[in-house]
Amino acid sequence: MTLAAAAGTAAHATTTTAAETHGFLSPTGVEIAFLLVGLVTLGAAVITVTTRQLVHAALWLVVALGGLAVEYLLLTAEFIAWVQVLIYVGSVVVLLLFGLMLTRAPIGRSPDADSGNRWIALAVSVAAAGALVWVVVDAFRTTWIDLDGAPAGSTEVTGASLFQHWVLPFEALSVLLLAALVGAIVLSRRAKADAATRASATRRGTEGTR
Amino acid sequence: MHLAYPAVLSALLFCTGLYGVLARRNAILVLMSVELMLNAVNLNLVAFDVWLSRAAEETLHSGQALALFTIAIAAAEIGIGLAIVLAVYRNRGTSDIDRLRDTAEGHEPDDPDSDATGREAPAPRAAGEKAEATA
Repeated sequence: MTLAAAAGTAAHATTTTAAETHGFLSPTGVEIAFLLVGLVTLGAAVITVTTRQLVHAALWLVVALGGLAVEYLLLTAEFIAWVQVLIYVGSVVVLLLFGLMLTRAPIGRSPDADSGNRWIALAVSVAAAGALVWVVVDAFRTTWIDLDGAPAGSTEVTGASLFQHWVLPFEALSVLLLAALVGAIVLSRRAKADAATRASATRRGTEGTR
Repeated sequence: MHLAYPAVLSALLFCTGLYGVLARRNAILVLMSVELMLNAVNLNLVAFDVWLSRAAEETLHSGQALALFTIAIAAAEIGIGLAIVLAVYRNRGTSDIDRLRDTAEGHEPDDPDSDATGREAPAPRAAGEKAEATA
């Protein structure tokens, strides 16, 4: 009984000190900004996966990825934020739009954008969201990020750690990018080469009959 | 900043992407949802790296390095994935992943109902696509 009471008072003391130092119910300005940008990001992501207009999905994906870049800036990871803007917003979304155009996606509303198992998918994702949010909130309830001082993700810090400790994975990643480049070229060339040989074979066949 | 904010946002973004992967039919929309899931993981990595760079004495900034690697791998993945989707579209005339059931058990290629729904329409479009590719 006394042990439990002591543990209870100790837990109470830790929570009160945490609340005193960080202000549990009075969020700082960074937290409010993070929350607002996070709501915009999450809303754009939900519209991306639920809209029936395919091109609008790609454009809302731009909003979601840009919001994530702002979140990186709020977390003082500047280099990651600009890499996010350059690679995701700059190239990945453009690639996706080109893919939508090349597969002749309908411009207006397409009624078959969602498959028949969307309610099962909704149940699975809501269950996963509930479990993950519960676990994460329970685990990191008394943990705060200290954002004061020098930024933790400036270009100098990131470059120094990347080229001091992570040189070998960096080089392996460059080889992987080269392999992906060659693979994409091979995948997009092979069908055309096959079609060309088939066309020449049929042409030869028609000339033979003639 | 409370660590729960980026962690909860990342969990919710991941589950949004999970819903998109499971519920979408167009292959390019599935790739968009995969990008959302990868971005949720990146947010987690960056947030925990910023937290640990203040909490620990010496840090390798492994979270931010891994986030950069994930971004590069996602760019490679989207390139290869779109090349595959374009090759499938060129051969089949569709990018609907519900119709690509050739290796599924119990769904024969000459199934009568699949004939009724989708087999008739893509064939002339695929032929036209072939002719366009050769021209």
